[in-house]
Amino acid sequence: MKIESRLEKILSSGHFAVTGELGPPKSADLETLKHHAEEMRNHVDAYNITDNQTAIVRTSSIGVAAHLIQMGLEPNVQMTVRDRNRICLQSDLLGAVSFGVRNFLCLQGDHGKFGNEPASKNVYDLDSMQLIQAVKNMRDEGVFIGGEKLEHPLPKIFIGAVANPFADPFEYRPLRLAKKIAAGAQFIQTQCIFDLDRFEKWMEKVRELGLHKKVYIMGGVTPIKSVGAARYMQKNVSGMIVPEELITRIKGAEDKKKEGIKIAVETIQRLKEIEGVAGVHVMAIAWEEIVPEIVERAGLYPRPTVN
Amino acid sequence: MIVAERKPLAEISKMLEPFRKICILGCGTCVTVCLAGGDKEAAEAAAALSLLRQNEGKDVEISTHTLLRQCEYEYIDDYAEQLAQYDVILSLACGVGVQTMATRLPDKIILPGLNTKFMGYPQEQGIWKENCLGCGNCVLDLTIGICPITRCAKSMLNGPCGGSQDGKCEVNKDIDCAWHLIHERLSKLGMLDRMEAIQPPKDWSTSHHGGPRTIIREDVRLENRE
Ligand code: SF4
Repeated sequence: MKIESRLEKILSSGHFAVTGELGPPKSADLETLKHHAEEMRNHVDAYNITDNQTAIVRTSSIGVAAHLIQMGLEPNVQMTVRDRNRICLQSDLLGAVSFGVRNFLCLQGDHGKFGNEPASKNVYDLDSMQLIQAVKNMRDEGVFIGGEKLEHPLPKIFIGAVANPFADPFEYRPLRLAKKIAAGAQFIQTQCIFDLDRFEKWMEKVRELGLHKKVYIMGGVTPIKSVGAARYMQKNVSGMIVPEELITRIKGAEDKKKEGIKIAVETIQRLKEIEGVAGVHVMAIAWEEIVPEIVERAGLYPRPTVN
Repeated sequence: MIVAERKPLAEISKMLEPFRKICILGCGTCVTVCLAGGDKEAAEAAAALSLLRQNEGKDVEISTHTLLRQCEYEYIDDYAEQLAQYDVILSLACGVGVQTMATRLPDKIILPGLNTKFMGYPQEQGIWKENCLGCGNCVLDLTIGICPITRCAKSMLNGPCGGSQDGKCEVNKDIDCAWHLIHERLSKLGMLDRMEAIQPPKDWSTSHHGGPRTIIREDVRLENRE
């Protein structure tokens, strides 16, 4: 049977796409993760599976992808260049494609210093740009980075990358996106959007460059559970902007969680109105059960069927 | 230059535990300039160790010398006879010096008194910064003088990661983001287009990843000149 990316079909047929995110556990017991996957089954089109996020050892993204596929769900395998050299990245990609993975998100990855193995060697043989290009060349030209040919062509795979409109230098960020598209990125997931004004400014520049016509841009949305969570992201997560007004708003609310959900829903509604935004990527790590409600209230349910 | 730092006294003391006649040997070039292993530091280390041994009630004999460069046979040879009398030599040279000494004086025990940190420069008195990894294939033309291999914590070749904020690196707010600096520099020079082309994967085989490196210059080898 020919397996194709459902995410790609949804985006290319003009539907507003929704992806969810699963963070593998620090164990080989995937029961909770599978439970969360089930909760979102009818509300997301595909699931990002993080790759040892923040450099913490967890079940591998590709390992989890195998389980999702068995469950009839579509994984979007995140691949960072932090822990694997080009031999391993290319080989892992082949392995994942072999059992049906069709979406790959190519990332740089947080530095190893942040994780639970801070004494490890950071690999960084490739950078994220080079990984995107390598995957494209494997798929389109049938060649490995070193120039040797693949023995058989790869099926169609859908290549993703990330963009961070909240990092600096701000004026360079749209150009960096252009570069990722030139390297081969077909869809983009952004850093969590809390500062919508800055996001819109970034999108303006993206449209000016015509990039929204060359790539599907999915806005990153994270529901905030508490003032503490917001503060934590504001202070400790690199490349994130959490405006003070947002924190004040949650502080002032009687039910903080409800307010957090409301903000997420409003964010999605605003994103839907922005020209060039093709979908949302909902990251609710440690609050996965809330995803269906957010998707429904944002008017994105039921999800379209494609074949 | 090569920048180093002296090992903690406790570690040095433990290393030298079995020895009585000790030479603390400074090196007169890089590590003198970076104030880690010159004359003065050798004398300081000797004084500290003497005091420690005195307190422990142990009888040791500690002398100091300094070679102009422990990384060159000719300077080592000048001192070889003098060094013969010691049970151990604590070298305050970089790792290059320690090993050159060990190769040239195979009968002597040479131990390292420094941790060799990096190739870099003194930014101001008391602050040294790393700026070259010796990758064997210089890319400074690409960025007009700022090395992304060394100064970007992720050795990225195609622009800044998503962690760059306010000019600082995500890894440590005390480190400037190399790509922020590169962007600033290229934009001042009107050369921002240098950041557009996709830089292909780097050939790391010219770096240490290709194994320990040797340079052979036939044109300057003495045997070819005779
Ligand atoms: S913040 Fe800048 S220097 Fe630090 S890893 Fe990212 S690109 Fe490199």
